Amino acid sequence: MSAVDISRSERLYSGRLPAYAPYLVLLTAFAASGLLALLLGWGLVAFAIVGGLIAVVALPAWSAVVENRRAATDRLVTSVIWAAFAVTLVPLVWLVWVVISKGIPAITAAFLTHDMVQRLDPVTGKLEAGGGLEHALIGTLLVTLGAIVISVPIGLFTAIYLVEYGKNNRVGRIITFLVDVMTGIPSIVAGLFALALFTLIFGVGTRMGLMGSIALSLLMIPTVVRSAEEMMRLVPNDLREASYALGVPKWRTIVKVVIPTALGGIITGVVLAISRVIGETAPLLVAVGAAEAVNTNLVNGRMMTLPVFIMTQYLTATPEGFARAWGGALILIAIVMVLNLVARVISMIFAPKTGR
Amino acid sequence: MSTTPPDLELTEPVIPGPYTGVRFGRGDRVFSGVALASGVTILVTLAAVFVFLFVKGLPGFTADASIFAPSSSSFWTYVGRLLFGTILAAVIALVIAVPFSFALALFISHYAPRRIATTVAYVIDLLAAVPSVVFGLWGARSLAVAFQPTQRWLDHNAGWLPFFKGPASATGRTILVAGIVLAIMCIPIITAISREVFSQTPRLHEEAALALGATRWEMVRYSVFPHARSGMVAAVMLGLGRALGETMAVAMVLSASPTITLNLISSSNPATIASNIASNYKAEDNRIQTVLLATGLVLFLFTFMVNFAARYIAGRSERGQK
Repeated sequence: MSAVDISRSERLYSGRLPAYAPYLVLLTAFAASGLLALLLGWGLVAFAIVGGLIAVVALPAWSAVVENRRAATDRLVTSVIWAAFAVTLVPLVWLVWVVISKGIPAITAAFLTHDMVQRLDPVTGKLEAGGGLEHALIGTLLVTLGAIVISVPIGLFTAIYLVEYGKNNRVGRIITFLVDVMTGIPSIVAGLFALALFTLIFGVGTRMGLMGSIALSLLMIPTVVRSAEEMMRLVPNDLREASYALGVPKWRTIVKVVIPTALGGIITGVVLAISRVIGETAPLLVAVGAAEAVNTNLVNGRMMTLPVFIMTQYLTATPEGFARAWGGALILIAIVMVLNLVARVISMIFAPKTGR
Repeated sequence: MSTTPPDLELTEPVIPGPYTGVRFGRGDRVFSGVALASGVTILVTLAAVFVFLFVKGLPGFTADASIFAPSSSSFWTYVGRLLFGTILAAVIALVIAVPFSFALALFISHYAPRRIATTVAYVIDLLAAVPSVVFGLWGARSLAVAFQPTQRWLDHNAGWLPFFKGPASATGRTILVAGIVLAIMCIPIITAISREVFSQTPRLHEEAALALGATRWEMVRYSVFPHARSGMVAAVMLGLGRALGETMAVAMVLSASPTITLNLISSSNPATIASNIASNYKAEDNRIQTVLLATGLVLFLFTFMVNFAARYIAGRSERGQK
């Protein structure tokens, strides 16, 4: 009996597609789709979708013919996962491209150095808005600085308590749980809290930058605690014990040994936490409100912040407003990306010292 | 010369053992006190969030019916409608985000070549860092416009489904687009957590599956997924938490009112609790602010429950592994 007579399902071996099969299928599929697109006059989107669909169907089909059903399923899943990856890239690339292409024309020297107060233009003699976001940049800087000043000490000391003092006791467990809960607070609820707190004390209609700082620090504290805690746990116990053995009190051990060892990771965590809250809009909208002029006083009246500036300019629904919103969006994204990059660089510089 | 100093003999003998040799001086007491105080600050703050929202929002629960006038007759129908919109938007977001996130997480942990995987993981983290207001701007000005023809097509060809009954909104700014924007914002969170869980599958399980002749997909299905199941559920729940609380993306894409409709592509869209607060916060009328605070309290409790469930499930899987 020759091997040819055995039915395919009984064989212990089966054919195999060549290693270049996926590339060949991809090429053919997009060539076919391109041909159809040329003939029927489709746009780029239809071309990409049809090409991808042909590839996702064709490779498993070919595999089912040459290989077996299990291999075909495997190839189907692999193609679907690659396709999902490609599809997820689309919004990201699209978003970045739109923000950059629409944002760059809006950013001029005047955009960065004016606020939105209406002033008499000396040339035309008409009332015109300043058309810039200087006030928003200053506001964002101050409100975020306020949030950092509030949340970094609280977050750091809480992490110290969790790692060094309350390792296994009840209070430590409760705080860990509450930090988890805090991570899930919707940002607008943080804003409402600041609003409720300050209007209860100072009366209805109170708005000030400090309220925004408090709302943001509510969102920032859990991130700071988590990262600092994780980093301080990585500090080897040998270091602490060596310090105790030399008769150094516990608090000096923490200040002089534990924190310096974990410093890189702690700073990285803080920078990432800043990049997370600097783009928060909802709490600032509710608690700080919007303004047209530069206000450098955190405890006196409304302030403009960059995210709220984008929001209000968008709501004007005028071409100038949209242009300013895109310009603001580009600056905001640039700030966030720079912060992320800084965090990465810091963690790279300090990485070897954690002893890993 | 051989005598020990007298004061050492008088002190209590130091019990040998870890740390007991370190005496707690004044510095230590102050330091541990400060550390404990900041931990307690967190406790107090969370309690304060609840108490202040409750105290300031309490009158809102029984507010006069005229405040809710055009849309609802009492607080509970009002907040019920908003809750419906919140859940609808979150469900749309999750239906889109979950398959993509798991596929992407698998791509990073098991399918992509190493070099690509690290890059993709970094890019996904960057996607998580994009501020929501930028997502909102993009969703309203780019995605909605580009997606409008598709929605018209859905209206024409799938109009028999209650979701696509139409008439399609002329601006394209619908709850469907808001859901898609939310989905894009949820994907990084769900991906990051499930990727972590996937890559924690014991190496030996995977290799055993492969050695028995499993294809890669069979290996994933029979050794990675069973191991990661509760982590995947927790990841989805955390994504849900984000989708429920997200404000700006929804508020900027939609011009919404508290209505109940399953029609995803028409020009009258249900508002979410968060977006409703953001679009009405300007009212200095104390009664409306009170009502908004009350809805905020409802949102807080709702997301709290979702997050609590997520933590519980995630914690259960950790306990199960021990």
